[in-house]
Amino acid sequence: MIEETLIPKLGVVTDIRIDTPDVKTFRVVGLDGEKPFIHVPGQCAMLSIPGVGEAMFSITSSPTNEEFMEFSIKKCGCLTEWLHKMDVGQEICIRGPYGNAFPVESDFKGRDLLFIAGGIGLAPLRSVINYCRDKRENYGHIDIVYGSRSKDDLVDYREIIDEWCADKDINVYLTIDREQEGWDGHVGFVPNYVKELDFKPTSTAVVCGPPIMIKFTLAGLIELGFDKSQVFTTMEMRMKCGVGKCGRCNIGNKYVCKDGPVFRCDQLDELPNEY
Amino acid sequence: MYKLNLSEINAFFAKIAQNEKLYIPADNGKGGARYTEWAEGVELSNACNTERSAKDFFFPQTENLVDFKVNGKKIEVIDSREECEDFVVFGVRACDVKSFEILDSVYLTDPIDSYYKNRREHGTVISLACSAPEETCFCRTFGIDATKPAGDARAYIAGDSLYIEALTEKGSALLSSLGIAETDDTAAVYAQIAETEKKLAELPLAALEAKDFTKKQLDAFNAPVWAGLSQTCLGCGSCTFVCPTCQCYDIKDFDTGHGIKRFRCWDSCMYSDFTMMAHGTPRNTQLEKFRQRFMHKLVYYPMNNDGVYGCVGCGRCLKKCPISMNIVKVMKSLGEVTE
Repeated sequence: MIEETLIPKLGVVTDIRIDTPDVKTFRVVGLDGEKPFIHVPGQCAMLSIPGVGEAMFSITSSPTNEEFMEFSIKKCGCLTEWLHKMDVGQEICIRGPYGNAFPVESDFKGRDLLFIAGGIGLAPLRSVINYCRDKRENYGHIDIVYGSRSKDDLVDYREIIDEWCADKDINVYLTIDREQEGWDGHVGFVPNYVKELDFKPTSTAVVCGPPIMIKFTLAGLIELGFDKSQVFTTMEMRMKCGVGKCGRCNIGNKYVCKDGPVFRCDQLDELPNEY
Repeated sequence: MYKLNLSEINAFFAKIAQNEKLYIPADNGKGGARYTEWAEGVELSNACNTERSAKDFFFPQTENLVDFKVNGKKIEVIDSREECEDFVVFGVRACDVKSFEILDSVYLTDPIDSYYKNRREHGTVISLACSAPEETCFCRTFGIDATKPAGDARAYIAGDSLYIEALTEKGSALLSSLGIAETDDTAAVYAQIAETEKKLAELPLAALEAKDFTKKQLDAFNAPVWAGLSQTCLGCGSCTFVCPTCQCYDIKDFDTGHGIKRFRCWDSCMYSDFTMMAHGTPRNTQLEKFRQRFMHKLVYYPMNNDGVYGCVGCGRCLKKCPISMNIVKVMKSLGEVTE
C-alpha cells in the first residue's frame, strides 16, 4: 500500500507553556526525539487525539529550530479543551506539513518587513518572525506590531520582551485594547496603532489576527500608501483532509489548506468575499 | 465485438461472478433501480439509471481510514488498510462513467488517496449505452455521448442481443476469459445508436447550454439570482448524496469500546456544520451554502480542471430535490447574469 497522508504519525508532548489564560504552547517531537517533519514558515499541521478530534494548527516554531515543533493553541472547542487539560508525556497524532509558505526566500528577501498581529494571530507569524531573525542578513529592517485584549492575553510575552525587544535592529510595538494596571505601554486597537506609527510604504507587511482586525489593518496600510501586493496574510478555514480533497476550506477555486494558508492581499481580491 | 443472446445474460453474469463479485442495476421494488450484487435470481433492471450513483463503488458512503488503541498517554496507530477484492460493475451509464474521471481528478492527484486508488484498481467497469434517455437527462450539455460510454468495456443491448466490446486491457482480459462468441455484424448496434441519438436530440433539456462561467467568477458569485434560487432550499443535502460527482467528506472518530476507529463519510456543503469553526462559519446562510455547491460544479471545478464541468447531467438531483430546485435552473439563471 502506498503512503497515506490521512494516517497520522505519532509525536509526544515534551513541554507545555501557559501563555495566557486561554492559550498554551505545546512542544512536540516525534517518538524518536526528532522533529516530526520538516516545514517552511507559514505551514500547518493536523493534530489529533483519537476519539476526541483532529484539527489544523499553524506551526508556531521556526523551521530553523531543529529540535522540536511548537503549537500555540487557544482553548475554544472540543479538541483544544482536551489539549489544554493534557500533561507532558502525552502522545499525540500529527500529520503534515500542509499548505504553502510565506515567501521568505523570494518576495521577502532583502526587504524591510512589517509584521502585524492581533491576539492568537501571532501564532503563525512567530514562525516567520523567528525564521527571519535567524537569517537576519537576508532581510532589511524589521518592525513588529502586536496587540491583544490585555497584557495577560499577549502570547509569547516572555520571548517578545527577552528576545525580540533585545534585538538591536528590530522594533517591537506592543499595544493592548484597554488601560490596565501595570501596563505603561500603548493602549488602543492594532489598526489605529499601525496608522499612528506611520510606517513608510516601502516594507512588505504581514498581517494576521481576527478577520475584523485584518480588514481594518489592511485599510490602514492602504491609507499609509501600501499596495495590496505588498501585504500578506494567512487564512483560517475548517479543514478535514489538509490536501484539497475533503472540499470545505475553499475560497472560490482556491483551497486554503493547499493553495494557502498564505495569500497576498491583491490575490484575495480576485476571490469571492467569503472568509 | 462480442455478442450473446439476451436469454443467456444470466449465464454471462454467472461466469463473471464465478471469479469476482459482480454488481448490476436491479429493480429495488420501489419503482427504481439500485446496484445489487449479482446472484442467481437477480435480474438486470430496465431503468434508465440507478437512484444512487455508482460512486459508492470507489468512494463508499462510509469507510474506515485507520484504527487507534489508546492506553493512558500512549497511542498506537494501526494501519488497517487491506487490498480490496477484484470486482466488476456492469451497466454503468455514460454520465456515471464520466463521473469517475472527475473523482479521479480529485483523489488520484498528489497526494493520492490510497483508499480510492485501491478500489479503482480492483474494479472493472462495464458501461451500458443508453437507449431510453429520460426527460431529466442532460449529459449532452457536458459533451458526454450516452451512446458511447467509456469504461473498461462497453455494452449495448440491441434487439434480442447483448453486444460488448473491450476498451482497456483490463476489460479485454475480462471479456476474453468468458468464452463469448465474437461477431462482425454490428448493424443492430449502429441502428440503435442512431435511434438513441434521435431521442437525445428531442429531450426537453437537449438545448441546455453550459456557458463558460470561469472568467467571471466574481460576477457569478455576486449575482443577485442566488437569493431567489436558494430561497426555498431546505438544506436537506439529497442532491449531494445522489450526485455522482459530489466528493466532499468528513472525518470522524468512533469509540468501539475496544479501540478507536477513524472513518470518513460523505459530507454535504448544504449542511451548516460543514464549515463551522470556533469563531463561526463563512457560509452562514442557506444562500451561501447553496451557492457554494453550484459555484463548485460550474465555476471553481472547471477553473481548476481545464474547463471540465463538475456535473455530468445525470439528472438525479432534478428527480430528488424536494423543492424542485436544481442545477438546470441555476445554469439558466447564471447564464443570463454572466452574458
